[in-house]
Amino acid sequence: MNPFQYSKPDTVQAAIDLSSPVSRFIAGGTNLLDLMKENLTRPEHLIDITGLPLADLSETPSGGVMIGALVSNADLAWHPWIERRYPLLSQAILAGASPQLRNMASTGGNLLQRTRCYYFYDASVPCNKRRPGSGCPARDGLNRIHAIFGASDQCVATHPSDMCVALAALEAVVHVLGRGGARTIEFADFHRLPGDAPERDNQLADDELITAIELPAPGFAEHSHYLKIRDRASYAFALVSVAAALELDGPVIRQARLALGGVAHKPWRDRAVESWLGGQTVSRETFTAAADALLQNAEPLEHNGFKIKLARRAIVRALGDAALGTAPQGGQA
Amino acid sequence: MSATLSEATQAAFARHPIRLTLNGQSRELHVLPWTTLLDLLREQLDLVGSKKGCDHGQCGACTVLRDGKRINACLTLAVMCDGAELTTVEGLADGDQLHPMQQAFIKHDAFQCGYCTPGQICSAVGLANEGRAQTPGEISELMSGNLCRCGAYTNIRDAIEEALPRCQQSGGDQ
Repeated sequence: MNPFQYSKPDTVQAAIDLSSPVSRFIAGGTNLLDLMKENLTRPEHLIDITGLPLADLSETPSGGVMIGALVSNADLAWHPWIERRYPLLSQAILAGASPQLRNMASTGGNLLQRTRCYYFYDASVPCNKRRPGSGCPARDGLNRIHAIFGASDQCVATHPSDMCVALAALEAVVHVLGRGGARTIEFADFHRLPGDAPERDNQLADDELITAIELPAPGFAEHSHYLKIRDRASYAFALVSVAAALELDGPVIRQARLALGGVAHKPWRDRAVESWLGGQTVSRETFTAAADALLQNAEPLEHNGFKIKLARRAIVRALGDAALGTAPQGGQA
Repeated sequence: MSATLSEATQAAFARHPIRLTLNGQSRELHVLPWTTLLDLLREQLDLVGSKKGCDHGQCGACTVLRDGKRINACLTLAVMCDGAELTTVEGLADGDQLHPMQQAFIKHDAFQCGYCTPGQICSAVGLANEGRAQTPGEISELMSGNLCRCGAYTNIRDAIEEALPRCQQSGGDQ
C-alpha cells in the first residue's frame, strides 16, 4: 500500500471540504484497501467517514425507508424493516460476500465496488478502466465472466454487486452531497455503461459523497425473489443473478420488475419486457417469453455464451419463485 | 525530481494515536495510517494467533471480533479501530478455561494443519453472537467466509453446531 494522509472529519460538510481529486472516502474499506494492496489505486489521502452521522435507518414521509450510507451490509440485510418490507434486498445482500465482509462493508460503498474483471485486477496488463486508452485484453481474452449486455469496444466488465441488483429492481434513489450541494440520482442512472469512458463506473463526482439510499414504499414483499448463480455454492461473484418482483392480482401480473446481475457494467433492466409482463397471467410460458424477449439483444463474447442459457433459466425460475410467494428469511441465501 | 519528500508525504508518515480495548486490556498505541489491524496484531503486538492467509479478505484466517462482530483484520486499517473493543483468538479463553467454541473444536477434531483454526473459531463466535444460524446448512452458509484447505469442514460444522447453544447462553460476551 502506498503512503497516504489520513483524516477523520466529524461532519459531512467537513468531509466534502477535505476531498480532492487525489483523495478517497473510506468506510468499510473492503474493496478500496484491496485495490490499494494490488496497486490498482493509489490515493494520497484517505478521508475516514465512519465518524459521520449517516448510520441510521428512518421512515420517509412517503412511506419508504431512508438508509444511511454507513449502515453496514449485515445490519441492513437483517434489519426488521428490510426483512419484512423489502425481503428482495435482504436476500440479495446475504447472497453476496462473506459474513465478515458484510459486517464491514457500508451501504454507500457497496454501490462503488469496482469490477472483478481479471484484467482490471492485474496491474501488469493493459485495461481501459485502469489506464484509459491502454486497451482491453478481456474482449479477445478470457471472457467467461464478462458482459453480455451493454459492453463497448473499450470495456466488457460487469458490475459485481448483488445488493445493487435488488436496489435497481426496487427503484431506489441515491442521495449525494458535494460542493455544489445535494442532489438525488435515480438508481437506474447511477451506474454507467462503459461506452468511451470505462474508467467511470458511475455518475458520482470526485467531491460527492453518498449520504443515503432511499427505498420507495413498494417493496414487493409478497412476491419477490433473488436468485444467484455462481461457480460455487457460496461466497463467489454472480455469473448471472436475477432480482424478480411481482405485484399480483390473483394469477394476473399487475406490475413486474426484473433486474439482472453479472451480465453488464450495471444492473440490467429491460423496461419493455417489464411492461409487457404487466397484464399477463402467471405461467411458465409467460416467464419464458419474457426471458426470451429480454435475451434476444444479448451480445455474447467468445467464452460467455453460456450466460444466455443460464440467464434464460434463471429468469424463468426467479419469476416463478416470486409468483409462488417470498420465502421466509433464513441463513440460507 | 526533488530529492526531499514532499510535504504531503512527510505528513503521511505522522503516526496517529489510537486507544483500543484489546482482549480486555486498554491499549494506547501510535500507528501509521496504512498499517492494517492484522499487521498491528502480528508484527507489533506479538499476537500471532490471527493468520495472514490471503491478505485480501478471501480466506478468513485473519478473522477477529470488533465490538463483538467478526471482521477481516487484513482489510481493516488499525487507525480506524480507535475506540474499538477487539478480541482475537488469544482473548477467548478465560484463564485456563477454554472458550466453549475452542473446546468443541478439540472435541470434534475440527482441524488438521490448524492454520485456519483461529479465524474459524473467532468467526464461529461471531456467528453465535449474530444468532442467525440454527441448522447445519445455515452454519455452512454463514461460515463461508472461512476457508479450510485441509477440508475439515464437516468437523468444523459439527463443532459449531454443538457449541452454538452454549455460546448463546453465555450471552455472546466476546
